[in-house]
Amino acid sequence: MSPETYAQVSNLLIPTATVIYALAMVSHAMEWALGRAAVAKTAAVKEEVLVASDGATVSGGAGAVPDAPAVEEPASSERLDAASRIGLLLTWLGFVLHLGGVVTRGLAAERVPWGNMYEFSITASLAVAIVYLIFVQRYKLQYLGLGVTFVVAAVLGLAALALYTPAGPLVPALHSYWLVIHVSAAAISGGAFTVGGLVSVLYLVKARAERRVLAGGTMAASLRRLPSAEAMDGTAYKVLAFAFPLWTFGVLVAGPIWAEHAWGRYWGWDPKEVWSLVTWVVYAAYLHARATAGWRGRGAATIAIVGWFVFIFNFVGVNLLVSGLHSYAGV
Amino acid sequence: MTEIKDRIAAASGPEEPSGPPALGLVGWLRWTWRQLTSMKTALVLLFLLALGAVPGSLVPQTSIDPIKVSDFLTAHPKLGPLYDKLGLFDVYKSAWFSAIYLLLFISLIGCVVPRLSVYVKGLRARPPKPPRNLNRLPGYQRFELSEAGDVLEVATRELRRRRFRVQSYDGAVGAERGYLREAGNLLFHFSLILALVGVAWGSLFGYRGSVLVVVGNGFSNSVAQYDDFTPGRAFSGDDDLPPFSLTVKDFEVKFQEDGPQKGAAREFKAQLDYQETPDAPEKSYQLEVNHPLKLDGSSVYLLGHGYAPRVTVKDGQGNVAFSGPAPFLPQDSNFSSFGVVKAPDARPETLGFEGFFLPTSYIGPNGPVSVFPDDLNPELVMTGYYGRPQPETGKPESVYQLDKSKLTQFEQANGDKWRFQLAPGQSAQLPDKAGSITFDGYSRWVKLQISHTPGTGLALAGISLAILGLMGSLFVHPRRTWVRVREEDGRTVVEVAGLDRGPERGLGDEIQAITTALKPASSSTQEQP
Repeated sequence: MSPETYAQVSNLLIPTATVIYALAMVSHAMEWALGRAAVAKTAAVKEEVLVASDGATVSGGAGAVPDAPAVEEPASSERLDAASRIGLLLTWLGFVLHLGGVVTRGLAAERVPWGNMYEFSITASLAVAIVYLIFVQRYKLQYLGLGVTFVVAAVLGLAALALYTPAGPLVPALHSYWLVIHVSAAAISGGAFTVGGLVSVLYLVKARAERRVLAGGTMAASLRRLPSAEAMDGTAYKVLAFAFPLWTFGVLVAGPIWAEHAWGRYWGWDPKEVWSLVTWVVYAAYLHARATAGWRGRGAATIAIVGWFVFIFNFVGVNLLVSGLHSYAGV
Repeated sequence: MTEIKDRIAAASGPEEPSGPPALGLVGWLRWTWRQLTSMKTALVLLFLLALGAVPGSLVPQTSIDPIKVSDFLTAHPKLGPLYDKLGLFDVYKSAWFSAIYLLLFISLIGCVVPRLSVYVKGLRARPPKPPRNLNRLPGYQRFELSEAGDVLEVATRELRRRRFRVQSYDGAVGAERGYLREAGNLLFHFSLILALVGVAWGSLFGYRGSVLVVVGNGFSNSVAQYDDFTPGRAFSGDDDLPPFSLTVKDFEVKFQEDGPQKGAAREFKAQLDYQETPDAPEKSYQLEVNHPLKLDGSSVYLLGHGYAPRVTVKDGQGNVAFSGPAPFLPQDSNFSSFGVVKAPDARPETLGFEGFFLPTSYIGPNGPVSVFPDDLNPELVMTGYYGRPQPETGKPESVYQLDKSKLTQFEQANGDKWRFQLAPGQSAQLPDKAGSITFDGYSRWVKLQISHTPGTGLALAGISLAILGLMGSLFVHPRRTWVRVREEDGRTVVEVAGLDRGPERGLGDEIQAITTALKPASSSTQEQP
């Protein structure tokens, strides 16, 4: 196939993948809605049980949080599981198309597909999907489906609509194999930051609900299906602990080595460098916070979310708002 | 950090009160030191560092773009001086930013040095005795045997195979593994210090300078030859510069000629001849972006390029007052280049010219512009000035700007400003027989950066070791395991239990596996129902 054909295939695959991810998102949204409905139906039954054993349930000790209701209607539970599975299947399908779109883009441009903002966006969102799909079985991340598909579909849609640039060769400064190493390390750790950030958001929601339950309140139906806050805290940590060394390598080793080759200094406080360092410092603070009394849990999760926002600003905002050496091909 | 401190505090008695103690200077100093090296302070300092770094990416920085800083000062007459006082134009060298990172590193050293000795002691300590109630631990298994036999020896072998350090006790074994976690943690923090030392060394003893060289011309490495030069604080002068020299023989550039990225540069190459020392043999090198020339610790980089029109100016008396290339600076992506030609020796009046070199000239509605960066239709569009000869002041003057305070612009007979538009080889006569200017042709110039940053290897080694340490501290999981044999109602009970420090990862599975390994060898005679 000629580069032009590859470019056409890529331009077909990326929007298709966006649509499939959007469908996966709808399926996961239904999963949440069904979770709410399923529990609402059984709430009446449950209420009586709760009234009967009220004192015992509430004073059940630290961390004792009622699980998903035992008396759930089997039919709606099946529908719920189906929605979850269909969501994941669609995500896999979207991922395959997305991967194809990124690879053909690279073949069309005859280089790695991350030489401008459009390509960074399709590659970075692919990294989010990869990290999610790698960890989804291992850490039981199905509950993250809605958030991940939303982020990936939004980034891809935005890329296709607003950032599209036809495939072309690179500006001379990007002619280096460090482009492959530096950007892929940054993109994969960015994917993990996103997954870790999403888990941390849900952690905060769940932890708040758990505190309410301990104070005698009830938990919103859809939240009961989430893992315990403690488990989610552990998951966020594992994902971010994977991302942090990779990010350190990407922006504090590979980046400076390349900068030394291209610009004659390994560190020059270029805006992108500054924000990469800020991202690094925030995640370093996250790791320290998890070991500090008074910062565990809520504090650490908040820092993880701040880190995610800082990363996104570095990825998008710095290119759009601030001029610096990392501006290529228009943006 | 607190994890350890908590344990030390717990071991050494009740915790100190949180407020400053009324203990005089020494007590107060101790309290301050303890506060500074606490994890909470480290956290706050990390946040301050992150926050403090931000303004440098939003406000123009003198070290990156001094022109933008002076533009900002002109545009914001009130805010500018305030920013200047706060050091916002040079954030990363400002006193407050330095204070944050110095405090952070003192805090870091104060935290990891005591930890090092704790760790070394911990290394020599044996795995601890089993706690009384093993069944309260997160991982627990038990089974019964008719007689104890060699179950503890088997357990020792099995635990050693699983890379535990094992200690025998009376009727029990204690085992621990994952010592590398804290080792990694310490390595990470010490390596960061190492990396920072490398960075500091480079900024003290290094230098960086840039120079614009017209193709065909040369450069020899001395401070006076640079257009701008930034030495490190401990840089002593020309003696520290390696005595190399180079000549730019040729420069080639290719631009995208069609498509949406039309005009984007695709390739630059400069052909250099160089000598490492004045007596060394001449060598040649092809200088490209991403391929610097390394010379005795210094590196030569290709940073940019542009055009230098060659002109000859004759004065009113018919003498050549100026002849040669004048580098013009590109103003846009199509290389519309602005520059000046000065002929202070012209008589009876001095002459000066300013205007544009347009590599691909096109007369648009707003006057002539360049529409492509390559030299497809080169033209020189300039205007001229004259003035009375001035005595030499010796003050340095910019070669890119014309001081027009004592000059008058040439006018046409009808009163319009005089200007000329020349293709290579063409000449223009100045009004009032003041002389002539000839556009002989043009050369290209390259901007070279020459820099030397010692300590780079140290910084790289530091950060690489830091990553190694980081992986140890994040991916090694300390675990303690115990196996105990005791008599209970006349039967022999074997208990296997374990405890993870940090998040639990497959503890139950391993305890189960150890239990399985112990069972067949020792209970082969008789399996309990």
